[in-house]
Amino acid sequence: MENQKFFYDNKIVRLFILATLVWGIVGVIVGLLIALQLAFPVFNFGLEYTTFGRMRPLHTNAIIFAFVGNAIFAGVYYSLQKLLKTRMYSDTLSKINFWGWQLIIVLAALSFVFGITTSKEYAELEWPIDILITLIWVTFGWNMIGTIMVRRVQHIYAAIWWYLATFLGVAILHVVNSFEIPVSLFKSYTIYAGAQDAVVQWWYGHNAVAFFLTTPFLGLMYYYLPKAANRPIYSYKLSIIHFWSLIFLYMWAGPHHLLYQALPEWAQALGVTFSIMLIAPSWGGMINGLMTLRGAWDKVRDSAALKFLVVAVTAYGMSTFEGPMMSLKSVNQITHFTDWTIGHVHIAAMGWNGGIVFGMLYWLVPKMFKTKLFSEKLANIHFWISTLAILLYAIPLYWSAITQWLMWREYTPEGFLAYPNFMETLTQILPMYSIRIIGGALFVVGFIIMMYNLFKTMAAGSFVNDEASEAPALVKLGSRNPAQETIHRWMERKGVRFAIWTFIALAIGGAVEIIPMIFIKSNIPTIESVKPYTPLELAGRDLYVEEGCYNCHSQMVRPFRWETDRYGEYSKIGEFVYDFPFQWGSRRTGPDLARAGVVGGPMYKNAAWHYNHFMDPQKMNEASIMPRYDWFAKKEIDIDIIPAKIRAMQKLGVPYEEGYDEKAVDDLMAQAQLVANDLKASGIEIEPTKQMVAMIAYMHKLGRDISTPAESTAQQANESSQTSQEELKEVVLLTGDADLAAGKEIFNSVCAVCHKLDGSGIPPAFPSLADGEWINGNSPEQVYKSIAEGNIAKGMVAYKSQYSEKQITQLTSYILLSLNKK
Amino acid sequence: MNIFYLLIGVSLFAALIFLGAFIWAVKSGQFDDSKTPSIRMLFDDETETQENEETDDKKETN
Repeated sequence: MENQKFFYDNKIVRLFILATLVWGIVGVIVGLLIALQLAFPVFNFGLEYTTFGRMRPLHTNAIIFAFVGNAIFAGVYYSLQKLLKTRMYSDTLSKINFWGWQLIIVLAALSFVFGITTSKEYAELEWPIDILITLIWVTFGWNMIGTIMVRRVQHIYAAIWWYLATFLGVAILHVVNSFEIPVSLFKSYTIYAGAQDAVVQWWYGHNAVAFFLTTPFLGLMYYYLPKAANRPIYSYKLSIIHFWSLIFLYMWAGPHHLLYQALPEWAQALGVTFSIMLIAPSWGGMINGLMTLRGAWDKVRDSAALKFLVVAVTAYGMSTFEGPMMSLKSVNQITHFTDWTIGHVHIAAMGWNGGIVFGMLYWLVPKMFKTKLFSEKLANIHFWISTLAILLYAIPLYWSAITQWLMWREYTPEGFLAYPNFMETLTQILPMYSIRIIGGALFVVGFIIMMYNLFKTMAAGSFVNDEASEAPALVKLGSRNPAQETIHRWMERKGVRFAIWTFIALAIGGAVEIIPMIFIKSNIPTIESVKPYTPLELAGRDLYVEEGCYNCHSQMVRPFRWETDRYGEYSKIGEFVYDFPFQWGSRRTGPDLARAGVVGGPMYKNAAWHYNHFMDPQKMNEASIMPRYDWFAKKEIDIDIIPAKIRAMQKLGVPYEEGYDEKAVDDLMAQAQLVANDLKASGIEIEPTKQMVAMIAYMHKLGRDISTPAESTAQQANESSQTSQEELKEVVLLTGDADLAAGKEIFNSVCAVCHKLDGSGIPPAFPSLADGEWINGNSPEQVYKSIAEGNIAKGMVAYKSQYSEKQITQLTSYILLSLNKK
Repeated sequence: MNIFYLLIGVSLFAALIFLGAFIWAVKSGQFDDSKTPSIRMLFDDETETQENEETDDKKETN
């Protein structure tokens, strides 16, 4: 048979490798920055562009789509050509793929810095970039499928199956999750509301893990691990079986991100079930990878590339065991909203994705540049630093997760939360955040060592843009092959029946989910009292999204006593019907805000508190790690866009009256004036058109609609407290040192936020407790009552639900005996 | 939770494409031989790193 001459396109592979290195170092450095921000808020730099809320999506997207994305393209473009013995289908498509992807990355980085985001995790980019991603992704798929069509090898090696699944999976997920209605070039609303949005987003989010961080990497493993070890994959059959089962099972596991949340129970159970089943195909991959090295472990000793690949496969096995365990509801209540998830994803990202990329590069770069690796020793150093980094990163976070969860749910013998102040549970884990920084810093150091090593290797080697090769043309296999013939006959006899059985198998799964839907009218019980956002609240909500508040604050109270005691009534599906997008969050670095607007509830803070807190959280509480948002007081609400936003909301089915877009701005101004007046009563002058006003309005909307009865009783209680004086409980001050110390501890952790450590307060909003002047008198009974019952009108929280009578007496004693003396 | 109609539909659509790919793969003999592909992929770039003349016979054995 005549050999055909052709050239491999090495140049495009080199471009993708360089992009991997450049964006990789950016991604890990931004990661280090946000790790620093969580331990030391000064690293937010007081700038709106560099707050944690904007940097965290920059980090996740830089790692996932820029670093890992370019590495996938590099690995695929190289191995696809070699495996199929052909050049890529089209050089033009290759170039569009490369430069288009880099353009997306630059646009993404800019939009995060400027607060342009949809807030859907790992799908934060706005609609113009979403369209660009779709186009470039289709270019990639077209180029890949074209290459498969012009291949010179009949057999499509297992790795390429994974690449194909990657293309198809990501395409479907991205398109479905990105349906949105544009309001302007930089702002859109997702078409899914509340709980529905949550389901779609985590169907996407979980499958982004599946089809962007798992399937392409299993493909890379199936090529680069055998290559680096020079051993065939342990079992080719196993690769086929675990491929088909993995891609099918992953699609159904998304709801495990929403356990105990506002989602029908059956949907949660379904997500859990499929997540558990995923252990089998996932471990198929791990076993296949590790067993490939059987009889060749001595090679691992001598090759840094293999070391990385082995740790990668091990990390994959650990993560894919841990993931299903975290999907069990009882385990999930620990791991969700705590740092456990952060630890879990970093084992996967640093260990599995990082390990495969590093292993691939250490093998591929010397190969392409026809030289030896500049320094095997440096590569080994990178390996050990990197492995140590993963441990120093993940272990403190697991520790932190368990610590914080135990503190959240700890009760005193009297039946009160042992740590009612969220800040206590945060300061406890800050040392863990410091250790995590060391882990992150080591990972960055390792990355830099690798870059040096690879650039030195590139400089020493010789690179051929178009590598010559030759192979016989592909001959279509006809009936000449007897083995082929039997398969054909088998398919002819059984094919139809086989297809029917498969369809039934799939349909059962579908029917289980669909049939209840048909017979149960709606799985979303609507709540009559839940009203659409006013224009001002909507503006505030969009700011909340823009600033990425969801990165630290959840809006989802789970039905546990230790959550309802801390935050208030648990969250219900019907509350979220006007939420585009949902803001449930996935990590509670700060307290949950779902009930921040429930007057008289444990989370309620008045306007003056919010103003002071946004201006400088550390002034309110020294231990706070929240960045300051003082530009809220300077920047104007974008009022011109309000009518367009209202019209978009109407399109999405929000029941604003006909023509409301015309009146919306007037309504906004009227409500803003009320908030400004409220602030003025506390001595804070602010123009009603500032962003601060919208944020406060939004904070006070959260949870308010379902708490109307509580509000009215609170007002009654408030009125009665001003009139009746006779029902005061007798209070005997405690003078013992232990009691005063206990009172001081509570004061410093809770009261000092507004009244300051020395009791001087922030007058006039938060009165001084040390100047000898008392609004309600200084009798022990009166002070006790102010603490226990609060003063809702002034924003003073009622603490009787959080502290025992003894604790409040201790607090009263500390205030009157120690603080007031000074 | 009407959204599940969409997600189930889309997921089944993806599953059907995968099913189609699977049927095509079986039909076109992709899985007839589950031994040599894993070994053949190790050889292909030895042909690239050496001179083309030396590699011709190797290819024929594949």
